[in-house]
Amino acid sequence: MWGTTQIKQNWANSLTSQTHLDRLEAESIHIMREVAAEAENPVMLYSVGKDSAVMLHLAMKAFYPSIPPFPLMHVDTTWKFREMIEFRDRKAAEIGMDLIVHTNQEGIDDGVGPFTHGSAVHTDVMKTQALKQALDKYKFDVAFGGARRDEEKSRAKERVFSFRTAEHRWDPKNQRPELWNLYNARIHKGESIRCFPISNWTELDIWQYIRREQIEIVPLYYAAKRPVVEWEGSQIMLDDDRVPPELAKTAVEKYVRFRTLGCYPLTGAVESTADTLEDIIQEMLLTTSSERQGRTIDRDQAASMEKKKQEGYF
Amino acid sequence: MSHIDSLIAEDITAYLEAHENKSLLRFITCGSVDDGKSTLIGRLLYDSKMIFEDQLDALERDSKKQGTQGENIDFALLVDGLAAEREQGITIDVAYRFFSTDKRKFIVADTPGHEQYTRNMATGASTADLAILLIDARKGVLTQTRRHSFIASSLGIRKLVLAINKMDLVDYDEAVFKKIERDFLEFAEELSAGIEIQAIPMSALEGSNITGASDKTPWYNGPSLMEYLETVPVDDARISAPFRMPVQWVNRPNLDFRGFSGQIASGTIKPGDRVKTLPSAKETTIERVVVHGGDLDEAVAGQSVTLTFADEVDTSRGDVICIASDPAEVADQFQARVLWMADKDMLPGRRYLLKIGAKTVTATVLDLKFGIDVNTIQDKPAKTLGLNDFGVITLGLDQPIAFDPYDINRETGGFILIDRMTNNTVGLGLIDFALRRAGNIHWQALDVDREALAKQKEQKPAVLWFTGLSGSGKSTIANALQQKLFGLGKHTFVLDGDNVRHGLNRDLGFTDVDRVENIRRVSNVAKLMSDAGLITLVSFISPFRSERRMARNMMVDGEFVEVFVDTPLEVAEQRDVKGLYKRARAGEIKNFTGLDSPYEAPEDPEIQINTVEMTAEEAADQILNWMRERGWFEA
Ligand SMILES: Nc1nc2c(ncn2[C@@H]2O[C@H](COP(=O)(O)OP(=O)(O)OP(=O)(O)O)[C@@H](O)[C@H]2O)c(=O)[nH]1
Ligand SMILES: [Mg+2]
Repeated sequence: MWGTTQIKQNWANSLTSQTHLDRLEAESIHIMREVAAEAENPVMLYSVGKDSAVMLHLAMKAFYPSIPPFPLMHVDTTWKFREMIEFRDRKAAEIGMDLIVHTNQEGIDDGVGPFTHGSAVHTDVMKTQALKQALDKYKFDVAFGGARRDEEKSRAKERVFSFRTAEHRWDPKNQRPELWNLYNARIHKGESIRCFPISNWTELDIWQYIRREQIEIVPLYYAAKRPVVEWEGSQIMLDDDRVPPELAKTAVEKYVRFRTLGCYPLTGAVESTADTLEDIIQEMLLTTSSERQGRTIDRDQAASMEKKKQEGYF
Repeated sequence: MSHIDSLIAEDITAYLEAHENKSLLRFITCGSVDDGKSTLIGRLLYDSKMIFEDQLDALERDSKKQGTQGENIDFALLVDGLAAEREQGITIDVAYRFFSTDKRKFIVADTPGHEQYTRNMATGASTADLAILLIDARKGVLTQTRRHSFIASSLGIRKLVLAINKMDLVDYDEAVFKKIERDFLEFAEELSAGIEIQAIPMSALEGSNITGASDKTPWYNGPSLMEYLETVPVDDARISAPFRMPVQWVNRPNLDFRGFSGQIASGTIKPGDRVKTLPSAKETTIERVVVHGGDLDEAVAGQSVTLTFADEVDTSRGDVICIASDPAEVADQFQARVLWMADKDMLPGRRYLLKIGAKTVTATVLDLKFGIDVNTIQDKPAKTLGLNDFGVITLGLDQPIAFDPYDINRETGGFILIDRMTNNTVGLGLIDFALRRAGNIHWQALDVDREALAKQKEQKPAVLWFTGLSGSGKSTIANALQQKLFGLGKHTFVLDGDNVRHGLNRDLGFTDVDRVENIRRVSNVAKLMSDAGLITLVSFISPFRSERRMARNMMVDGEFVEVFVDTPLEVAEQRDVKGLYKRARAGEIKNFTGLDSPYEAPEDPEIQINTVEMTAEEAADQILNWMRERGWFEA
């Protein structure tokens, strides 16, 4: 129903006026092409979630018939849902883009994990530090990220081309002006840019676009019967046998799905029976809590996201 | 996540269909500090039910802790997301927020009112279709109100809502509203023509005339803010303009495909259209309009596409593909309006990088014609442009570019200026017209005076006058310093006995009279070199105070730097690198400074160097620091 013919018809409609999705798509493609043309060594951070799925789809469109001229990189904390990893490997192979997987080996050696070290330490070591390591190792000058301005208050303030010092720090009080669609990608050696091509998309735009373009997403977004346990105020899924045994004993099977995907012990499930895109969108539109509520990390402290970003969190 | 719409629960597919076809309106809030911009956006988000319960809980908590409204909700905290903003109760940078109603989808940029952050306001305004200009009813039209409306109108925003806010604090008095409206309309006559202005009395805090008519303003029959935003027509002028597409990226997956990718800036394009690529001005025909999922029969402004040509026409990133019958202009010199956005002033003669479309070139500011007073929108004389100043300049480029005047085409007439050292975006510019066609070339006559010559070298000229005994270390230090200056990209020259005495001053000996003449000539050469913009290092014993004073008086004020290389006679004699002291003591050399000819040490040198305690390297660093502290390297 939403195949090529439908897409063509959308274009035809847009001859008089582009819909907001068309405008967003065209803007994102423009941004990606600027990076491809101006960066020396760009990379797309691929987190395997729905925003990454949309970003990847946009990249395919932006450079068609070429394959996007940069690699994908996944910072693997080793605590991601198993389904995410399967999905990631299959997608990369299908598309033919290079996939770099980076894990913080020091963190592994120290046995860092959410159950033993808590969410804050785990996220810092396995995600923030790991990302910095990877960017330094491969000397990427521009890294695409799938963050959106509607996600959180300090994101709403961030530029599309977001400048980072050689130490990966963000200075929110001193951002470069960003006029029209003229992006300034010039940096000194060692400095880098985080580029957010889907800055102006909302959660609803993402879902509508996934529906319109029939983009494949990790099945965890759809409701299914899954074993969950209650941990630190969230319902988390029993994805492997690393959940402490006494906690794992309390597992119950429930119809749940996930609104965002990350490390399984840090990603709260929502009880739901929504197993189609329409149902998911309907549920989202009628819900009364925000998307990030499921993410333990944001609740740790006030202004936490801004602080994390200053320290190099994506 | 969205306003409550019964369709969502009843027929989600129908809702999605309707929502997908909504148009998008991008607008900003602007105006003076504290006029209520952030509060208004918070109110709009709240009233259009865009706030989740968990966000509302957080808002209530934050309002008590950091808010400006006592126990009540401070809506500004919904938008002021940075820690520094919440602490100070002001907006520092633009926040982008999103909401939708039954009729439209909105992207709003809440911009800071504080003058210091004007550039962030411009950032928000550059992508907006409409501006809401807030005014505090108690304060009326302020300088910043005028500055923001001037920036908005210059950037091409044609729809302005004059939101006369805080009406609750003036008892919803119609007379106050009317007076402010009149004041503003009078000022607005000076703004670009064709701006539609809708004045609305409101209270962002109490929610009056925000989503519906307020019973507090029975005297007002106009639309509420939301009614206006939902229905105001935003015609896309880009579609009817002639076709332009800057080439962002050349798409070459294999030898059989060569396409040019870009976002259509204006107009429409279809296979078979004749096009011209600029600046080369080669003509060809469009073969295909390629997008993922199938070729298009036609594409319009705003779409990102890939075009292929019927013939091999050499085209690369930065070129502009235009409809052949009505191409853009090509020039390497033009007049433009600029808004300066850096702390460091814009000076005529300086070079910047200029980015327009997908092209980056080197631009020299040829002339600052005048500044613009934002209070009166009148010209005012100006020598430099400081942070947030507006002015009219002429620019010369190192190569021709394709463009349209900004007022005719926003997409192909706007540019940014980038500082070549810091890489910061320091200015925004709007092209008015070309000074001459690139075909006729020849640079417009710039006055090539000493200032221009110095600016070309991006430095401040100086005459560093090293004085001291023979063998005190003058030349060693001067050479070390020259190395360092060279490393900084500075243009320098060393004048010393070796290159002057053997040529220009070959006829002079070491009598007092000859010594004076020697210094007179050297001073003149140093002066000429400083006029040429060089940093000149003069390394001569120059034993007499009066001659050094003569040299000093000859130079431009502040450019003469006396460096006393202070080495005691015993030390110099002990070093005796060239064996001169030995020969003088033996009577082979007459009139030797320090022995049978006096050395008058400087009384008040700019720099004194104790060579007993430091190496030549350290001495050079001392001089470098001295210069740096006095702003020598900021040029
Ligand atoms: N009484 C009254 N107070 C208001 C109204 N609108 C805003 N305020 C108050 O005015 C103060 C400033 O409001 P903000 O929304 O932060 O102003 P702003 O224009 O965003 O300020 P900057 O972004 O810093 O330029 C706050 O204390 C608001 O609560 C209004 O309609 N009536
Ligand atoms: Mg504000």
